[in-house]
Amino acid sequence: MNLSRKAFLRVSCFSLLGAAMRKTAAAFGSTFSRKVQWGMAVDIRKCARRPECTACIDVCDQAHNVPRVPDKRHEVRWIWKDTPEHAFEGEDFRYSSIAKLPVMLMCNHCDDPPCVRVCPTQATWKREDGIVAMDWHRCIGCRYCMAACPYESRSFNWVDPRPYIKTANPEFPTRTKGVVEKCTFCVERISQGREPACVEACPEKALIFGNVMDANSEIRRMLSSRDHVTRKPELGTGPNVFYLL
Amino acid sequence: MRDRPVIYGGLAVFLAVITLPFWRGIESGVTTKGPELARPATARQCVASTEFMKSSHMLLLMEMRDQAVRSGDPWYVGAGHGTYTISLTGTCLEQCHGSKTEFCDRCHDYAGVAPGCWSCHLDAGHSTGSLTAMRSSR
Repeated sequence: MNLSRKAFLRVSCFSLLGAAMRKTAAAFGSTFSRKVQWGMAVDIRKCARRPECTACIDVCDQAHNVPRVPDKRHEVRWIWKDTPEHAFEGEDFRYSSIAKLPVMLMCNHCDDPPCVRVCPTQATWKREDGIVAMDWHRCIGCRYCMAACPYESRSFNWVDPRPYIKTANPEFPTRTKGVVEKCTFCVERISQGREPACVEACPEKALIFGNVMDANSEIRRMLSSRDHVTRKPELGTGPNVFYLL
Repeated sequence: MRDRPVIYGGLAVFLAVITLPFWRGIESGVTTKGPELARPATARQCVASTEFMKSSHMLLLMEMRDQAVRSGDPWYVGAGHGTYTISLTGTCLEQCHGSKTEFCDRCHDYAGVAPGCWSCHLDAGHSTGSLTAMRSSR
């Protein structure tokens, strides 16, 4: 084949450009073309009206057969309570009125989830509706996702979880030793048109769930009228759990 | 010809030893017939034909799994045009086959296969107290 130097350069330049454009389009396309992105708003002050309340944690653990392992090193958690200091690392809470209030933490279902990028088996992936879902059939327990997640939202089953589940919910599977798990925004309930279990259970209605892509949704009205923060926004993961101040 | 008893004796022992498996089989009542499966208590129609389920239920289960988990679509339209919620414990077991030990295990134990389904999916009607026992028995 007779290819001149000029033609060769032209062909390679155009191919490179084409490949780069496809990558760019894919990266932007997935974020901007999304019609549904489920998100959660946590009203910190409403939540703090009942400092001892664990209704959301209890109902989540019960619904998803989350084990209560007494050994802290083997703890499994989907939704949990922490201090603002831990939740919003780097913020100065010395003189803040929320310094002592508990903050509910869970998976942020990020716009650009680092856990999804590193998973070698695609056991975790971002669904069309923005939920970072898990397929426990595929998880090989490599824990790359745990290393990648900056929010410590993922737990590993170091031990067989079944002895630590008091009353199992037969509607939902348990996990097995060697599998990673986390909050799934209750995908099993969403497919039935219901809200996540924690949202339904909160006695103060401090958790607001909805489609953040829909400008008329309750969550969007809440976010546009109230000041709010997300966890570690500087990392560029685009968290979809918002904390109303 | 004085060693005739030794030869016949040895031959008898040899025959007894090589036919030992047959005798033991007869003694323990093993047949080549497969295990009897407990019929579903209420449902008369499975999601597919019995022949298909016998040969390919594992493929169908995997297809259903991918549909429910990966595509987030938990509805399966069966052969009888009924619509079923995809759920191993809730639908397959609870609605139709009743018990894992009476249905799944009988064949799997006979065939010597140990599918991993039950290390996560729950056997309907089992309380958590017996969860540990269930797992260690497999």
